[in-house]
Amino acid sequence: MTGIIDYEAGNIRSVENALKRLGADYVLSRDTAVLSACDRLLLPGVGEAGWAMAKLRENNLVDFIRNTDKPLLGICLGMQLLCSRSEEGDVECLGIFRNKVRHFSHVFPAGIGLKVPQIGWNDITSLKSGLFDGVKEGSYVYFVHSYCADIGEDTASVTEYGIPFSSSLCRGNFMGCQFHPEKSGDTGERIIGNFLGLTD
Amino acid sequence: MLTKRIIPCLDIKDGKTVKGINFLGLKSVGDPVDMARAYSGQGADELVFLDISATIEGRKAFSELVGRIALNINIPFTVGGGISTVEDAAILLRAGADKVSVNSAAVRNPGLISDIASRFGSQCVVVAIDAKNVDGVWKVTTHGGSRFSDKELFSWAGQAETLGAGEILFTSMDHDGTCSGYACNEYRRLSGMLGIPVIASGGAGTVGHIAEVLSSDGGCADAALAASVFHYGEILIPDLKRRLASCGIPVRL
Repeated sequence: MTGIIDYEAGNIRSVENALKRLGADYVLSRDTAVLSACDRLLLPGVGEAGWAMAKLRENNLVDFIRNTDKPLLGICLGMQLLCSRSEEGDVECLGIFRNKVRHFSHVFPAGIGLKVPQIGWNDITSLKSGLFDGVKEGSYVYFVHSYCADIGEDTASVTEYGIPFSSSLCRGNFMGCQFHPEKSGDTGERIIGNFLGLTD
Repeated sequence: MLTKRIIPCLDIKDGKTVKGINFLGLKSVGDPVDMARAYSGQGADELVFLDISATIEGRKAFSELVGRIALNINIPFTVGGGISTVEDAAILLRAGADKVSVNSAAVRNPGLISDIASRFGSQCVVVAIDAKNVDGVWKVTTHGGSRFSDKELFSWAGQAETLGAGEILFTSMDHDGTCSGYACNEYRRLSGMLGIPVIASGGAGTVGHIAEVLSSDGGCADAALAASVFHYGEILIPDLKRRLASCGIPVRL
């Protein structure tokens, strides 16, 4: 059973649809008793980091997430919330990954002229996680974001948009994808399947 | 590297696919969910569904269709057509659409853009602009190109960005349905002045036209949208992408 952490933060429907397509059992909940009984957890998220952290706090989910020993995958904003700090709302995050989250415009080299948000398909390289079993180096996945996590020891894949950034992170039982695996075609489906333990 | 997107557009009436030629006359071309799956399988990067139903029943069928599309495809999709309130947008986003496009209602009430953006985020607001060149001035039209507004393309696109649009989808009414190429100069100008992605629509007839509008020497657009050339199989997406790649245009293969 997969628990989708439901803290009122966007894209839950698309994550649910992805699990339905894969035939996976899941439950939507913000109740830590229900979530504790799950085999693994998904932390989705679309929205603003400061607001989302406030929602996690309001629902008493901060310590629960920090202390869980279940495999946990954060998606998009969900991954950023697992980092140490975000410039968006200038907020301290969950601190699982040591990375900091900054706005693209603050990390781009001067005069690069790239559009923000990054919207579209970009490639992932230096793949370093079980999430990517059976996924080729340089595969394309779908991104929509204005903030990015820097590169560090927890970096599990690298993507370049003006600068190289962490398109996924991994530490112990915690994983995060900046991209949307649920919108990333067959590659994304493979990544979710790997997380769910459905692949060979 | 971030790739250029290829976006087939499907017009939907009463929950079924149609394609309007030059916004006139409709010809049914297939079931929307089947077509969406087929395009996704061919390598389309994103899909757009425009509801052109005129009735309440038709619009209800559309939101049900959006739920079925969301369940059945694993690439992003935008829905539009007749969205005039935040609640209209909310229904479609809750049904599983990734983005909504607003057009006529935003021209009438620009605050709609900021209202949707502040509730759901800029990333899900596409502002669609239909414009026609009248004596050298690109006049914005509404209601499928049938009425002129008092807005001008470039200033309206800039205003839309300021209000929180996540992307601009410009259709040249002079090029749409002609199969003679996109309005490349206008896309180049839009792309230079805006900090958000620009989607080109209207005029695709050949692979060369799509290459031209996406190329950094041409229209500099971030994505190319087309309908007929894809629906009638005149351009096949795998061939298109291979040929774009051979021209040095980054695409997802």
